[in-house]
Amino acid sequence: MAGRAKVEPFLWLLFSAGGVVAALVIPVLLLLFGLSFPLGWLSPPSHAHMLTVLGHPLSRVTIFVSCTLLLFHWAHRFRFTLYDALQIKHLNELIVLLSYGAVLVGTIAAGVLVWQLP
Amino acid sequence: MGRQVSEPPTYTPFHPRWYRPRISAWWWLKRRSSLAFILREVSSIFVGWFVVFFLLLVAAVGGGEVAYQEFMRWAAIPGIVLLNLISLFFVVFHAVTWFNLAPQAMAVHMRGKRVPGKLIAASNYGAWVVTSLLVAWIILAGSR
Repeated sequence: MAGRAKVEPFLWLLFSAGGVVAALVIPVLLLLFGLSFPLGWLSPPSHAHMLTVLGHPLSRVTIFVSCTLLLFHWAHRFRFTLYDALQIKHLNELIVLLSYGAVLVGTIAAGVLVWQLP
Repeated sequence: MGRQVSEPPTYTPFHPRWYRPRISAWWWLKRRSSLAFILREVSSIFVGWFVVFFLLLVAAVGGGEVAYQEFMRWAAIPGIVLLNLISLFFVVFHAVTWFNLAPQAMAVHMRGKRVPGKLIAASNYGAWVVTSLLVAWIILAGSR
């Protein structure tokens, strides 16, 4: 259990960092790409502009790190939601494995996508 | 007390059991504060959805003009718009509760005095406004 005791504060740190990212940038991005552009409130940026914005080295790093932190935030809260709210305690190991496994898959996907931007 | 140590221990036929009342899976509906706690927990699912949505956008932008237009059309499907609307509600709920909690999590000291909690919360809200304006400005600079 010593290993677990060491890793737990680190997971909470990633959770908190992801929480900050989620609070600061998700609302504005959802408002723009989730509602304003699809509903025609604002005209969407051109593809060339999006390519310039996302392709900037600073953007690539920011997107990769942010996605990883957000996924950790999701995983950490989600597994405790299942544990506390729905009281699924007997499947705890499986849930932990699947949650953090999804984080790993998402992180790799984010890395590949950001890397492949022209 | 007066028994010899060598005497075998005596057992009672009655086996006491733990007192563990069963708690309903809906326990969090009974109080406002616990409902707020669970709603905050559930917000994480929408954070996860946003990562998927955003990475699809990144993939579409990387895929070229046609893929980008296709993503924009897909994002305009009523079901996706509704999902994003619900996500926005939950993420804003997360943001507000997160910033309100910040003073408890951050004990900032300046010149030997603790910075008042309201100031810390206010600076967090300020950072939220500045970040949102900055992101919107960068993206909308390319509006057609």
